Amino acid sequence: MLESYFHMAKSIDELQTIAKRVRRDIVEMITAAKSGHPGGSLSAVEIVVELYFNHMRIDPANPKWADRDRFILSKGHAAPVLYSVMAERGYADAPKGKLNTLRQFGSVFQGHPDRRFIPSLEASTGSLGQGLSLGLGMALGSRLDARPSRFFVMLGDGEIQEGQVWESAMAAAFHKADNLVAIVDYNRIQLDGFVSDIMEIAPVVDKWRSFGWHTVEIDGHDFAAIEAALAEAAGTKGKPTCIVAHTIKGKGVSFMENNPKFHGVAPTQDELKLALQELN
Amino acid sequence: MPAQINTAKPKFEIKLGAATREAFGRTLVELGRENRDVVVVDADLSKSTMTTYFAKEFPDRFFSCGIAEANMVGVGAGLAMVGKIPFVASFSVFAVNKGFEQMRIGAAYGRSNLKVVGTHSGISIGEDGPSQMSIEEISLACSLAGFVVLAPADENATKGLVRAAAAYDGPVFIRCGRPKAPVVYGADQKFEIGKSIQVAAGTDIALIANGLLVAQALLAADLLGAEGVSARVIDMHTVKPLDRDAISRAAAETGAIVVAEEHLVDGGLGVRVAQAVAETNPCVMEFVGIHDRYAESGSPDEMLEKYGLVARDIAAAARKALARKR
Repeated sequence: MLESYFHMAKSIDELQTIAKRVRRDIVEMITAAKSGHPGGSLSAVEIVVELYFNHMRIDPANPKWADRDRFILSKGHAAPVLYSVMAERGYADAPKGKLNTLRQFGSVFQGHPDRRFIPSLEASTGSLGQGLSLGLGMALGSRLDARPSRFFVMLGDGEIQEGQVWESAMAAAFHKADNLVAIVDYNRIQLDGFVSDIMEIAPVVDKWRSFGWHTVEIDGHDFAAIEAALAEAAGTKGKPTCIVAHTIKGKGVSFMENNPKFHGVAPTQDELKLALQELN
Repeated sequence: MPAQINTAKPKFEIKLGAATREAFGRTLVELGRENRDVVVVDADLSKSTMTTYFAKEFPDRFFSCGIAEANMVGVGAGLAMVGKIPFVASFSVFAVNKGFEQMRIGAAYGRSNLKVVGTHSGISIGEDGPSQMSIEEISLACSLAGFVVLAPADENATKGLVRAAAAYDGPVFIRCGRPKAPVVYGADQKFEIGKSIQVAAGTDIALIANGLLVAQALLAADLLGAEGVSARVIDMHTVKPLDRDAISRAAAETGAIVVAEEHLVDGGLGVRVAQAVAETNPCVMEFVGIHDRYAESGSPDEMLEKYGLVARDIAAAARKALARKR
């Protein structure tokens, strides 16, 4: 059956091993690039790994398969996590051996996800607030054709300060887009500091619920919880689901965790060494 | 060679046809019947943009976004990304000004087959006043890499160009207007993206216009004809990509060009034609358009008169250009 074929059906141990490799990729790539966004890439690792290895119906050998599930990284600055996971999953246009060319001239691994360079990406993102609208359009078009596809949009917590997010949230509930899932990477830090100091977004779950979404609140680093939340979303009919994932910015590297500095600053070579020791 | 009509130069008479927005709405329904992938996204203006006809016949393929243009454009781009041919529609000033960044990320840079249709363009919307008037959107849309930008003159042009847009694989902006538009074309006229149409032959000067000002340019050509001036009139319905061949030929053959548009002179058709002229056959030029200001409430005709967008203004600009040419 298609379902089982396209799922990798990994054990949690296997997923954790992949997550560790992805974290190593992220810090290595960004160090080599000398710029980038490690904190928000590291906070999203388990969610993106779970989606690509254990949940979405995808076929990396056939990336344009019409009935595939699709992932949109609306918080496009976390591109390294997506690049690493796509490479790990075997997308030919995201070659693992080239990850360390991130952000360099001529690299397919552009600073933010760019479909011109990696056609397997579902959307070019980086200008915050837009991914959920794109996901909703895709979800509505796919439903019109009675396709089984589901659509997953990852948003930053700071990103939901953008007004367009709430335009699309209202519209998704109105159109009963139950094939659409928003995942908020709630790591509590944005570029200028702690979210609560820049522009408070709490209560996040209440906001989505009041906009007509089914909500699930989880620990975004717990694979079993992510899997359960995605299953709950799949079983929720008549409304879209928002998974509010509590995460730790910079997760996995002690000196990056909860440190606003590492929202958008690359590690030094010395910091990379320390980070890789911790990720061994 | 561009198609030629009116070669015998009968005097042009204003006969009002349907508004271009009305022709857009009717054409959408035809497209909807022919192709189930044609879908429409609207932001609470379907009774004004005339997508209401489509909504009535194809409710399942009509997506209301409420008063939220940024999301409307993003949803349209998403629909395109799963193989639909989405037309998103609002007043030009809302669709483009409020949806600009979404057009850029979702359709231009993001490469999708999105069609954005702005109605109530220019100042001829009249009574609603400047907050609803779009005089910037041609400039904005042209600044998006890869976008095709169309400004049809009448109902038949709208029908032809909306059809051409649907058949074209890539992002398109189409400018429509609110008032009834003077008929310029017969029903059998063919329209092709990027191919201007010479609607009157002439050798002394070329009047290049689009939208409502094509009819005014034809009237101006008759005014000039009475003075012994032979004016060529070109409908530059495609602002981007520009028909550089027709422009360079007009510049070479007439040596004087007037560009007329219902848009800010800054960044509109005129400056784009001027660039093509500068790069091919430099000649004297004059520009009829809105000069660095906003209009006001009034009837469409009062607006066009007061802000210098009627035949008289085009003829005056032509005389100025001809004086400089000599």
